Amino acid sequence: MLVIRADLVEQMVAHARRDHPDEACGILAGPDDGSDRPERFVPMENAERSPTFYRFDSMEQLKVYKEMDTNDEIPVVVYHSHTATEPYPSRTDISLAQEPFAHYVLVGTRDPEQHELRSYRIVDGEVTEEEVQVVENYMFAHTGTDDVPDHAGS
Amino acid sequence: MSATVSIPTILRTHTGGEKQVKAEGSTLQDVITDLEANHPGIKDRLVTDGALHRFVNVYVNDEDVRFSGGLDAQVPDGGTVTILPAVAGGAR
Repeated sequence: MLVIRADLVEQMVAHARRDHPDEACGILAGPDDGSDRPERFVPMENAERSPTFYRFDSMEQLKVYKEMDTNDEIPVVVYHSHTATEPYPSRTDISLAQEPFAHYVLVGTRDPEQHELRSYRIVDGEVTEEEVQVVENYMFAHTGTDDVPDHAGS
Repeated sequence: MSATVSIPTILRTHTGGEKQVKAEGSTLQDVITDLEANHPGIKDRLVTDGALHRFVNVYVNDEDVRFSGGLDAQVPDGGTVTILPAVAGGAR
């Protein structure tokens, strides 16, 4: 299950809407402490600028991954949008997925009014859809023993 | 000639979980050959038919080797080699 703060969902959806009809992509970074909590919104350039394909710009990716390393963070969520099709991982998505611990979030923007948001694990070519629980903050979410209030919206 | 190589999560099964390993070589090709000698199986994850995989990014001292010679890129002594899986996909 992916437990995710509402403000992060809003930012991903806004990014996907902004880049529509091209695919938008990015990361939600979170602490590398097993908590599995996305905390920091990192929109990325789609180097392909395409409605059917995305790829992180390699230099921007290096910069972002180094920042995550410095901050002891991991890419908890890797997101991208499908702008004309169902938000389900395509064959390309599956064959190129190389972050076995990430939640792969797909944002569907084919309907201009109502976005779709679904989450998957993709490991060794196997796709498993998972439940998404959107919360105001992580304090009351069942994601571990942490009872420290989270800085929602920061 | 020794370089520090950063290993991405998905390849750490080949390095016993290590995030960084040392490897010898003055070109990327040599460094990968040395990596393979100590961490069998890793080369196939990086190279096919004598060229770097399209969906693996390799940087020498923070420069994408796609623009600096690919496998022939020079690796200076004490340099860093960073391997990152490309993050890519699409609706088709």
